[in-house]
Amino acid sequence: MIAVLAVAVLVIVAPLRRRREGATGGAGSPERAELEAAKEAKYREIREAELDHRTGKLSREDWRALDAELRAEAIELLRRLDALDEP
Amino acid sequence: MLLAGRALLILALAIALYGIVASLYGARTRNVASRGGLDGRAWIASGRRAVYALTGTLLVCFALLELAFLRSDFSFELVATHSSTTTPAFYRATAVWSSQEGSLLLWVVLLSTWSSAVLFITRNRAREIAPYATAVLLGFAAFFCGLLVFLETPFAQLSPAPIEGTGLNPLLRHPSMMIHPPMLYSGYTLFAVPFAFAVGALATRRLGLEWLRNTRPFALAAWLCLGIGVILGARWSYAELGWGGYWAWDGVENAALMPWLTGTAFLHSMMIQERRGMLKVWNVSLVLATGILAILGTFVVRSGILESIHAFGASTLGVPFLVLITVMIVGSIALVVSRLPMLRSEHRLDSLLSREAVFLLNNLVLVALCFVIFWGTFFPLISEAITGRPASVGPPWFGRFVVPLALVLTLLSGLGPVFAWRRATAANLRRVLLVPTAAAGVVLVALLATGDVAERPAALIMFCLAGFVLAVVAQEFWRGVRARRAMSDDSVPRALVSLVRRNRRRYGGYIVHAGIALLFVGIAASTAFQEARDVRLARGETARVDGYELTYVRPTGNLDVASNGSLEKIDLGAVLRVRRGGGDPITLRPERSFFAANDPSLGSISRYFEGEATSEVGLEAGLRRDLWTVVSPDVRNLLAIAREGDRVFEQARSLPIGERQAALGEALRRLVTLYGTEQAPARFRVLVSPLVSWIWLGALVVFAGGLIALWPAPAGSRRLASTYAARVARELSRA
Repeated sequence: MIAVLAVAVLVIVAPLRRRREGATGGAGSPERAELEAAKEAKYREIREAELDHRTGKLSREDWRALDAELRAEAIELLRRLDALDEP
Repeated sequence: MLLAGRALLILALAIALYGIVASLYGARTRNVASRGGLDGRAWIASGRRAVYALTGTLLVCFALLELAFLRSDFSFELVATHSSTTTPAFYRATAVWSSQEGSLLLWVVLLSTWSSAVLFITRNRAREIAPYATAVLLGFAAFFCGLLVFLETPFAQLSPAPIEGTGLNPLLRHPSMMIHPPMLYSGYTLFAVPFAFAVGALATRRLGLEWLRNTRPFALAAWLCLGIGVILGARWSYAELGWGGYWAWDGVENAALMPWLTGTAFLHSMMIQERRGMLKVWNVSLVLATGILAILGTFVVRSGILESIHAFGASTLGVPFLVLITVMIVGSIALVVSRLPMLRSEHRLDSLLSREAVFLLNNLVLVALCFVIFWGTFFPLISEAITGRPASVGPPWFGRFVVPLALVLTLLSGLGPVFAWRRATAANLRRVLLVPTAAAGVVLVALLATGDVAERPAALIMFCLAGFVLAVVAQEFWRGVRARRAMSDDSVPRALVSLVRRNRRRYGGYIVHAGIALLFVGIAASTAFQEARDVRLARGETARVDGYELTYVRPTGNLDVASNGSLEKIDLGAVLRVRRGGGDPITLRPERSFFAANDPSLGSISRYFEGEATSEVGLEAGLRRDLWTVVSPDVRNLLAIAREGDRVFEQARSLPIGERQAALGEALRRLVTLYGTEQAPARFRVLVSPLVSWIWLGALVVFAGGLIALWPAPAGSRRLASTYAARVARELSRA
């Protein structure tokens, strides 16, 4: 019981001790995380649109139009991601 | 050990409460440096680590209880009332969760384990949402730890400790029943993760895709575990309960099915939000509702409320659970309403001929199914509360609503894969629907030509729709493989593996749809075309049921003695010789097992026939049909002799205990031997159910598909993403 208590206290207070000692962790911004998630989803959408075309669910014309639209949206996401890095 | 267990539970409660405070304080001060150089991030990390510490503490707690069960330490009241030295070791290990207290402990152990997993995985992501999610998860943990500390402690002492325990409920001595509760609880507790992250996203106004991305694997794992739990429960019911069915629309079964249905809806609708930024209100509402239904499911099972509204008052858990559920409902509504402006859709539905539209319909059907089941499950309570008299609804009531909705759902599960996202053209749809529609037509014609299927139109429609779905899935795989081969020159098997590996979510999902179609075929066939007969047979007599000839060869009797020499149960059964057509005969051995009642006043011998009794099913399972039979032995003669024996043993009280036990064993042995020579007829319930095995096979296919969809993307897919990233980046540089 005492051992469990001691280990639990050590585990829980470790970050508080480290911060006191001056260590700081780098943190990605929430905006970046949101944009990364959106970019990942957009890439998946582009891949799936291509698969839809190859499996006969989208005609070549429809796919090209959709693909261009999705890529434009992906480009916009990349722009916004780059903008986060600008000072 | 009892004291240590109780102390560890108090420690767990304290850790959970500390973690809530640390996480919320850290979230509020994350960007504010305080005195001593501590900022909010340190408190957030400490709160997250409180979850890890909680998991460790609870695991030690659980191990202590397991040890007590395995050692048959009857100073633990829980062990004495739920196990015995004669209980086999496997069932002793799993008897922990046959009790209320053990179940609650298992629930919080699983919750803390999954919480640790998600918080470890997202420790460098979702930095704003995670502290709130941590607080919510720890809130659940604190609630359950509080129940274990103040109301239902598993570490209650029994003094003096009895020499023997009462044993595990015989109905629970079935392998699937021992895995079924942990799977159900894993499902319930895993659904707490998306719930917590949805609350975090709403609290922080971070309502984009990040919370969806972080919680999707846990939502899928929850769906998978809950589904496995539900199917194991159905299998147990079919093989163990002796009534021949796998689903009785029982409140406890329904309580597990409801979050599974809303979870299924969420797994589909989240894809629409990922792609189009639509249905944000719907998605958070679905996740929150699923979390609430998961807690409601636990409440229903643990409180016994569905037996009667009065059970609610008698249960110590009723009020706390009701308070928790009320807080969850009111809090969820308040959060969603307060964030409505931020939950506006980014796009509108482009076309009704799109996968989004099919998914939306599928969501409406799934939620309608959930509502029907909710109403049917809680109707007795509502009725009792209003009129004072409980009025329940039975399987026919559920069938009236569930059957049409299931038909529509099956159709949609076939239509979804053939529609493209955003907009499908009529010409493309005609092309991709041709083969599946033809397959459904062939099924229709074949069934109409071969038998009396037309008399059951719902089943007939279901078979055709299942043919449609299976053809759609086969066509999708074939077209995908063809496309893959056009790019790579791979062999067909290699192209198939490569296709699935690179598109796990899509093709895993298609496999799930195929499994659901198989499962629904099994349900439709076994429900609509089951042949049931109750027959009374004397030795040597034969009955004919749906093409089977069953001959009662002889009765059987057996004393099941545990390893320590004490009597476990009496098995009285029958040997049945079964023949179908001109085939070879097979032998079935259904049995009825009698477990002794603990009350000695029932008579030294009679008490062996007055306790729990379970049926061992005689089952001949096949892909085309199952022959299922249980026996109801005629024990009237044995009971008369047992009563005489009771009187003899009553007069022989002065005998030393050892001699008395030996005489009792001999008397029971003779009784069982006598049954083996019995000429009295036995009653049999015989069911011939077509395609039941398709339910279990379909479930296996569903879970295989679910696992494929859940499995992390391979390195190849990540490389593909990088390739796309490079291409998009090149276009960006040109733009």
